[in-house]
Amino acid sequence: MSEPLSFELSRPGAEPPRLPAPGLSAAPSADVLPKEHLRVKPADLPRLSEAEIMRHYSRLASLNYSISEQFYPLGSCTMKYNPVANEAAAALPGFAGLHPYQDEETVQGALELMWRLERALCAVVGVDRVTLQPAAGAHGEWTALRMIQAYHHSRGDKRTEVLVPDSAHGTNPASAALSGFQVVEVRSGRDGRISLSDLESKLSPRVAALMLTNPNTLGLFEREILDVAEMVHATGAMLYYDGANLNAFMGVCRPGDMGFDAVHMNLHKTFTTPHGGGGPGAGPVGVKAELVPFLPHPTVEKADGHFKLDFRRPKSIGRVRSFYGNFGMLVRAYTYVLAMGGDGLTQASKDAVLSANYLRKQVDGVLEIPHHGPCMHEFVATAHNLASQGVRALDVAKGLLDRDFYAPTIYFPLVVPEAIMVEPTETESKATLDAFAEALKEIVQEAKTNPAALHQAPRNTPVGRLDEVGTARRITAYLTGQSEEPVLRWKRAGK
Amino acid sequence: MPYLVHSPQEREEMLAAIGVESMDDLLVDIPSSLRIHELKLPDGLSELDTMAEINALAGKNRVFADRLTFRGGGVYRRFIPTAVAAVTGKPEFYSAYTPYQPEASQGTLQAIFEFQTLIAELTGLDVANASLYDGATAVAEASMMARVHTGRDEVLVAGYLHPEYLEVLRAFGEGRGMKVRRGEEPTAKTAALVFQQPDFLGLLVDARGLTEKAHAAGALAIACVDPISLAILAPPGEYGADIAVGEGQQLGLAPSYGGPHVGFIACRKELVRRLPGRLIGSSFDSAGRRGFVLTLTAREQHIRREKATSNICTNHSLCALAASVYMTYMGEAGLRQVAETSFQRAHALAERLAKLPGWELAFPERQFLNEFPVIVPKPGPVLRKLARKGILGGLEVGRWFRELRGVVTFTCTEVNDPAAINQLLEVLTS
Repeated sequence: MSEPLSFELSRPGAEPPRLPAPGLSAAPSADVLPKEHLRVKPADLPRLSEAEIMRHYSRLASLNYSISEQFYPLGSCTMKYNPVANEAAAALPGFAGLHPYQDEETVQGALELMWRLERALCAVVGVDRVTLQPAAGAHGEWTALRMIQAYHHSRGDKRTEVLVPDSAHGTNPASAALSGFQVVEVRSGRDGRISLSDLESKLSPRVAALMLTNPNTLGLFEREILDVAEMVHATGAMLYYDGANLNAFMGVCRPGDMGFDAVHMNLHKTFTTPHGGGGPGAGPVGVKAELVPFLPHPTVEKADGHFKLDFRRPKSIGRVRSFYGNFGMLVRAYTYVLAMGGDGLTQASKDAVLSANYLRKQVDGVLEIPHHGPCMHEFVATAHNLASQGVRALDVAKGLLDRDFYAPTIYFPLVVPEAIMVEPTETESKATLDAFAEALKEIVQEAKTNPAALHQAPRNTPVGRLDEVGTARRITAYLTGQSEEPVLRWKRAGK
Repeated sequence: MPYLVHSPQEREEMLAAIGVESMDDLLVDIPSSLRIHELKLPDGLSELDTMAEINALAGKNRVFADRLTFRGGGVYRRFIPTAVAAVTGKPEFYSAYTPYQPEASQGTLQAIFEFQTLIAELTGLDVANASLYDGATAVAEASMMARVHTGRDEVLVAGYLHPEYLEVLRAFGEGRGMKVRRGEEPTAKTAALVFQQPDFLGLLVDARGLTEKAHAAGALAIACVDPISLAILAPPGEYGADIAVGEGQQLGLAPSYGGPHVGFIACRKELVRRLPGRLIGSSFDSAGRRGFVLTLTAREQHIRREKATSNICTNHSLCALAASVYMTYMGEAGLRQVAETSFQRAHALAERLAKLPGWELAFPERQFLNEFPVIVPKPGPVLRKLARKGILGGLEVGRWFRELRGVVTFTCTEVNDPAAINQLLEVLTS
């Protein structure tokens, strides 16, 4: 099944939509503006009727897997059900219709919502303040590192290194590098947890921060986190929490109590705002008191029952995004927090851990699980023992697509060969988890009896495996002028 | 509890299957000193009560009618076809993950491939990416591209760039060794000359001249553009700019108190490998069927880690989808009509406002499109008076620029019908 591009469906003679005429006497732009300002060649946009457009996008929608239809066991991504009430809340005219430069008195409800969400997030992660401005997780990471950098600089301390475990998310080293830090890797021990001896050897007065996620990307709680925090703080460095795995322990324990100084959260993971096919998300950052002066401005403050935006923050790192962040996502997350409450969020995390351990038990023996349990909200298996059949983690993933499951995260974390990282979340039923384990069994069986078939998977999807290498080659040909075929966009033939 | 699925009995069965007695047995790795007894938040609410609470908060905000909103400054009221929300409201789009498994994500991938083409067409440049967070971060990312490409570390910002974009650019630059300066004379140290067309005040700048200046100094020209304006105005590709960026909110997205919106970035093909964020390319499967994939991922953080071109791993897919539906609905003729109606209404309004006693155009010799600066005697009381009558008047820009105290920018689009414009003038003359 395939769908032509809107450009290919386009009918040059199609009527444009009916739109308002100026209705006031004024000269047309072509008569007023000097010629050098005017466009010469009109943009080649498609022309379609509304009916054709709706069908086009409905057909495209049907080519997608989504959490509303499929189980997404994507490790580290916390693909939970996205409550529809969140969508209704964000669409309320009282939120969606607000201009960002309205006067404070006219947006008291919006500011109150942001203030309340900040308080709720502070309670969940155990910090003093939270900025809601970052648009995504990686944006939050970078914002936190900038604050840590500003903190050290304010003390005349020019620290140049950031420590990142070898099992960390790829955004960690990227965010550190883009803040101007040198990235130094810390090794995992044999049990998958951070190696204290390696950490000790890497810590020095040059180190600004250690970036850590807990549970780590193997789904294991860093049991020695209090020792880690003590070691890091003893050298004057700060401890940064990558909140990708926060869903493991809401209401059970808090990063702030573990000694983390800065904490980013992904509202699109833990707090059920939808992923939107790759965004928009929201990546608030919580900080302890010593980092509060460096928060991006404006912050939302409450005084005498009145909410206001505070721009007078002389030590602030400035702005990381225009306006006040992805406000619509904040509305969704707060709606979820209200519905769940402290009791619901706690149970959600416990159920996430329960689901992960249950599924781990079902999968254990089907695939090898290299680290001892219990796990927290996710676990990592490996497909390396299928290598003798020539079957790789990628083949297992594609086999799952054929069985109407989205694939787990594969080849991550890097410390496990042929990694298959599974995070079931609290919104998947036992029946779904059982069916998933069955599907994995079937695939492993197929790997042993008919590996060639798995190499052909997926066959039940709109397209089969795509030639990514060929695409890259064609792009290179285009970029170096050896080919007219653009690949990264549609172009009218012969243009 | 809402959204949870396990029944108490199933929880027991699952614990038994795992082979443990209780939930605490699964949490043994957490030191007991770290365990908390409860999360200090109120208990959860029913959907009825949740929505009552949310509605009460929404009710504490004042929403100005679209047609009576004359404030812009980067976020604009526009007619949004119903088709946009009908598409973005499909759970197959909004609840899908990043398209890392292309066979299961063709809908998102193709829609974004169309978005890349629409933006490339609109800006007149070779290639656009899958979108960025917003206009401000798009300016910052483009500047970073220029810095890496030229090996120079100064970014020059000409004229009135949106002040919040400038702030974000400065915040990005710090720590990355990028020096941001306001000015129009690039030197041998300049990586890029950044300008906004029309600028923050709505005025047209000499985009061609600035581009030539940048190139003469060996710097890149980065044009921050209003996407709807490009139906009328020369696009960056026509005057030779190297990178075009901008904010796509006007392409079918609600103001939403400033977000989520969508940044876009397009460039000449020589710069494609320096583009941040995601890129979608077309491909084929073994049966020869066309499909779309994330491509050139070797630039990205999950492969390159600390050597990535950017740390961005999120685009604003769903907002880019909204923009695609909007542009497809409008077509070139529709966009031109919207831009032209806005232009003519704004010019009619400007002419009338300039006749009010004590009011005058701040830069009468300069051209504009649909936003313009006016010198207003006592702007504070004037804007408050308008608000009392349900009108969101212009934006006081002196808040950011000292030299523009007393200057208010007014915006007109196709939603501000002639009766609304008359209503505004009546209040101002009463």
